[in-house]
Amino acid sequence: MNDPTLLSGRGLGLRFGGITALAEVDVDLWPGEILAIVGESGSGKTTLLNVLSGRIVPDSGVVWYRDPAGQLHDVHVMPAPALRTLHRSDWGFVHQDPRQNLRMSVSAGGNVGERLMAQGARHYGDIRSAALDWLAQVEIDADRIDDLPRTFSGGMLQRLQIARTLVTHPRLVFMDEPTGGLDVSVQARLLDLIRSLVTRLGIAVVLVTHDIAVARLLAHRIAVMQRGRIVETGLTDQVLDDPRHPYTQLLVSSVLSA
Amino acid sequence: MKGYNFAYLDEQTKRMIRRGLLKAVAIPGHQVPFGSREMPLPYGWGTGGIQVTASILGASDVLKVIDQGADDTTNAVSIRRFFARTAGVATTTATAEATVIQTRHRIPEKQLREDQIIVYQVPQPEPLFRLEPSRIETKRMHGLADYGLMHVKLYEDIARFGQISISYDYPVMVNERYLMSPSPIPAFDNPKMDMMPALQLFGAGREKRIYAIPPWTRVRSLDFDDHPFRPINAAHPCGLCGATDAYLDEIVTDNHGGRLFVCSDTDHCAERRAAGHAGLQEAAE
Amino acid sequence: MTVMLSTRGLSKSFVLHLRDGLRMNVLDGVDLAVAAGECVVLSGPSGAGKSTLMRSLYGNYRADSGAIWVRHDGAMVDIAAADPRSILAVRHKTLGYVSQFLRVVPRVPALDVVAEVLLTRGVGPDAARERARSLLMTLNIPARLHAIPPATFSGGEQQRVNLARGFIAEHPILLLDEPTASLDADNRAVVIEMVRAAKTRGTAIVAICHDADVRDAIADRLFAMSPYQDAA
Repeated sequence: MNDPTLLSGRGLGLRFGGITALAEVDVDLWPGEILAIVGESGSGKTTLLNVLSGRIVPDSGVVWYRDPAGQLHDVHVMPAPALRTLHRSDWGFVHQDPRQNLRMSVSAGGNVGERLMAQGARHYGDIRSAALDWLAQVEIDADRIDDLPRTFSGGMLQRLQIARTLVTHPRLVFMDEPTGGLDVSVQARLLDLIRSLVTRLGIAVVLVTHDIAVARLLAHRIAVMQRGRIVETGLTDQVLDDPRHPYTQLLVSSVLSA
Repeated sequence: MKGYNFAYLDEQTKRMIRRGLLKAVAIPGHQVPFGSREMPLPYGWGTGGIQVTASILGASDVLKVIDQGADDTTNAVSIRRFFARTAGVATTTATAEATVIQTRHRIPEKQLREDQIIVYQVPQPEPLFRLEPSRIETKRMHGLADYGLMHVKLYEDIARFGQISISYDYPVMVNERYLMSPSPIPAFDNPKMDMMPALQLFGAGREKRIYAIPPWTRVRSLDFDDHPFRPINAAHPCGLCGATDAYLDEIVTDNHGGRLFVCSDTDHCAERRAAGHAGLQEAAE
Repeated sequence: MTVMLSTRGLSKSFVLHLRDGLRMNVLDGVDLAVAAGECVVLSGPSGAGKSTLMRSLYGNYRADSGAIWVRHDGAMVDIAAADPRSILAVRHKTLGYVSQFLRVVPRVPALDVVAEVLLTRGVGPDAARERARSLLMTLNIPARLHAIPPATFSGGEQQRVNLARGFIAEHPILLLDEPTASLDADNRAVVIEMVRAAKTRGTAIVAICHDADVRDAIADRLFAMSPYQDAA
C-alpha cells in the first residue's frame, strides 16, 4: 500500500533512570484506522501514547505527523503554540479518567463548546446547537446540557469527554484505556459508541488498552508491547487468532471469557 | 518638600518603572512585572497607580485625581495632596485642564485628548484570575493566546442568566491579541477605551504588574455575535444636571427608600450645571 | 475459467511457546486453485487442516511459506506476503469469510449487524437496511428479531445472521466454514440456494462442509486433505 501514513514513530527510545520505558519502537498509523496498543502494566504502552502525542519527549527517535495539507511535522520539534493548536483541533486525547479532560465546574454544554470557542466560534446559538447535537450523539439527555459534570456518573463523564474531544472533528484521537474502571454494561455502551462514531467520522485512533477484548472489538491493527518493545504487530484477528510471539500467546491464553 | 525626591520616588525607581511602561506600551495589553515599591499607604489604596503617576509626572504637568468618578472623596483628595506636596505640580478637578489623570474605577465622561495620559489603579491585573488559579497556566494562556476559558465563562453566563452577567471589570481583547482586565471600571465605560486618543497606563501595586494601551488602539469587549456587548446604565437622567448618557451613581437620600441618581463624574456634572443644564432633583422611588 | 484464488506451496505450522515450543505442522505445501463460479469443498478428517487452510486463505493465519494468490482489482495479490492494510483492502472488496460462529458485538441489532457491511461499501442507510431486512427474511429470521441484538438468539439464529452478513456484500470470493452446521432442513435449503446464486454470479467459493447432502448440492469438486501432508 502506498498511501501515506498519518502518524509515524521511528526508533523511539526512552529511559526513566534505570528503567527502559521504550526501546526501538516503530509505529505507523494510517488515516481512518484504529490501532490498539496492548500490554500489561509496565509494558510502556501509555508512555508510547504520550510520546506519540507530543506530551513526553523521547530520548531517541522521531514522531512524524502529516497535516491536512500533506505537510510532515516532527511532533517534538514543533513550536509549543503549534502543538497546542493541534491538540485543540486536529487531534484529540481521551483520558482514562474523564475528570482530567473536563472542567468540572463548567456545564456540559460549556465543556463541549469550549473547543469550538477556542477555534473562534462566536455565535452562542450555534455553539449551543453543536453542543446539543454532540450530547445526543453520545447519548446524553439534552436536558443535561446546563448541568455540571459533578452530577454525572462515570460512564456519562466519559461520554462527555468524548463529545468534548470529537466536536472539532479531529482526524486523530489518542485514547488511553477509555473504558477502564467502568461497569461492564457501561463499557459495552461506550465501546459501541466509540466504534460507531469513529467508523462514521473516519477518525484514526491510537488506542491503549490492557483489555484484549476491547482491542478485538475496536481495532483494525494491534501492536503488542512487552517491557518497552513491540513484540508483535499485525491485523487484530491475525495477532489474536494466530499469536506467534511467546508473550502474545501468553496474553491471549490468559483472557477470561464469559 | 524636604528629604524627598520630586514626586516621592527616587530617579532609579522611576527609570525602572518607565522601562516597564515602555515595554507595556510596545505590547498592548500584556502584563509587565515591575519592582513595586513600598509606598506610604497600604496595598489596595492605589499604590500601583501612584507609582505610575510618580514616574511620568513632570514639573509642568497638571494632575487630576478621581475615585469612582469623584474628585472629592477621601482617596482622591489624599492622593492629589500627596503629589501637590511631593512634586509641587498644579492640580485640577477639570478634566479638560489635566495632562495626567489618575483614576480609580471610572473613565471621565469627557473625551480625552492625545496630549493627555490616564493612569488606572488596578487591584487584580489578571483577567483570568477567577477562572484559573494557576499563574503558570494563565501565563501560558496569554503566551499562546489561548483564551477559550474566558469564552466558556461568558457562555456559562448566557446559559445560566440569559445574558453576560459581568457589570464591571468586563474583559477586553486589546489589539486583538491580549486579553486584559480594564480594572473595575463599569462595563459602561469599556467603549471609551476603544481607539482612545489618550495614552492609557495601568498599575497594580500589590500584584506588581504594569500594562498599557497606546493611543488609538482597538479595544474590544468580549461577546458573542448573537449576544453583543451592551453597556449598562441606570435608566434615569442625572437628578442634578439632567444628563442621559453619563454613568450614574445611585444615592440613598432618606430612610424611606428615597434615592437620587446623579452623575458619578463630578466634574462632568458640575460643568453641565454651570452651562445651565438642570435635572429634576427629585428623589426617584 | 478465470482463476480467482490459488495457493502454491502453502505451509503453516504453530509453535506453542506455552508448551515449551512444541511445534505442530498443519499444512505442508498445499496447492489449490479455485475458478470463478466454482465451489471447492475441502474434505478430510478432523485435524487434516481444513480450518487452518481456510483461515490462511483469509489471511487470518499467517503462512510460514508459500503463496496465496487472490484476484483483486484485476491483479493477483499474494495474501501471504501482503502488508496488513493490503489484506484489509482485499477482504473489504474481494474476499469474504463466513465463520462458523457469529462474533457477537454488544448492543447492535441484528439488522444493523448485516446492514453495516453495506454501509461501509457506500450504500445509503435506507437501502442498506432494506437489503439486510430482505436477506434476513430469506433466511427465516422474522422481522420481530431484526431490532434485537443477536446475543440472545439461538445458535441457529446467530448462524443465519452470520450468513446474511457474509453473503450480503457479494464478494467475488467467498470462504464458508460449515455454513449449515446449526441449521434445520429448511434453512439448509435456503443456504444451498444462496450458494448456487453466488456461483451463478461468478463467485469462487471454498467451503468446509461435513453435511454430505449439502456438500453434494454445492460442491463442484472436492479438495481432499489429510493430516500433515498436502493433498493430491
